[in-house]
Amino acid sequence: MEVFLFYAFAILAISSALLVVSLKNTARALFLFFITLFSMAGLFLFALADFVAITQIMVYVGGVLILMIFAFMLSNKELLKDLQQISGSLFSFPSWQSLTLALAFFGVMVLGIREWNSMELPQWMLNNIQSGDVIAPTDNNIQQLGIKFMTQYVLPFEVISIFLLMALIGAAHLSRKEERA
Amino acid sequence: MITLTHFLVVSACIFCIGLYTVIAKRNAIMILVGIELMINSAILNLVAFGKYDKVNYGGQVFALFAIVLAAAAVAVGLAIILNVYRHYKTINPDHITDLRD
Repeated sequence: MEVFLFYAFAILAISSALLVVSLKNTARALFLFFITLFSMAGLFLFALADFVAITQIMVYVGGVLILMIFAFMLSNKELLKDLQQISGSLFSFPSWQSLTLALAFFGVMVLGIREWNSMELPQWMLNNIQSGDVIAPTDNNIQQLGIKFMTQYVLPFEVISIFLLMALIGAAHLSRKEERA
Repeated sequence: MITLTHFLVVSACIFCIGLYTVIAKRNAIMILVGIELMINSAILNLVAFGKYDKVNYGGQVFALFAIVLAAAAVAVGLAIILNVYRHYKTINPDHITDLRD
């Protein structure tokens, strides 16, 4: 059952991502991107990362995608027009070079994964498996994460909050309409 | 049983789709979507390996950091895209060639 659900989520993620790429209508592609992100969040659950999955849904679906759709719909009508008409082929692949490059990169990564599989697991993972320090489905992840954020990872946490503030102020400044002086 | 390899293969697929989007699309918003796909596959890897690290919770913590970074990048990137559109009247990156007017 678990494996079946995993495969369902994986196939959903990959096929909707492929559709996002191959659709010509940008608005439809953006809405389809929702499904990709949701199924990625479902995949996170299988790695026992419940809080990351919820954050993914809240930040990406609630924030990033809404922002993208806003930017898309606030801009002019010319944006909505198909920008891909340079390749007039029936198939929606804009250029076979990029397809070749992506497939070649995929081949390299699959080779790497196979190579990695043929060796035994790295030492820290073996140690953790032996001493039982592997996240179990019954663990209270969110409490542990909160404690870690406030003790061990407090410096990256503060840095990232300042960074987020800077990015938001910068985005607000950039998107302001400057009056012609 | 879902092994680590399952996660790695799925995230490799998603990453390559994102790579293809970034290279092939002629629409800056779609390129941003491709970057998001690549970041998401990286987060999937972080989370999959973080399952074996209960002492530090390193994978999950840095997956959260990566999500925050991606959100900030999208906010700034979309602001820049809107500005570029206002200036050049196009968001096709092939036509945006000069740094100053």
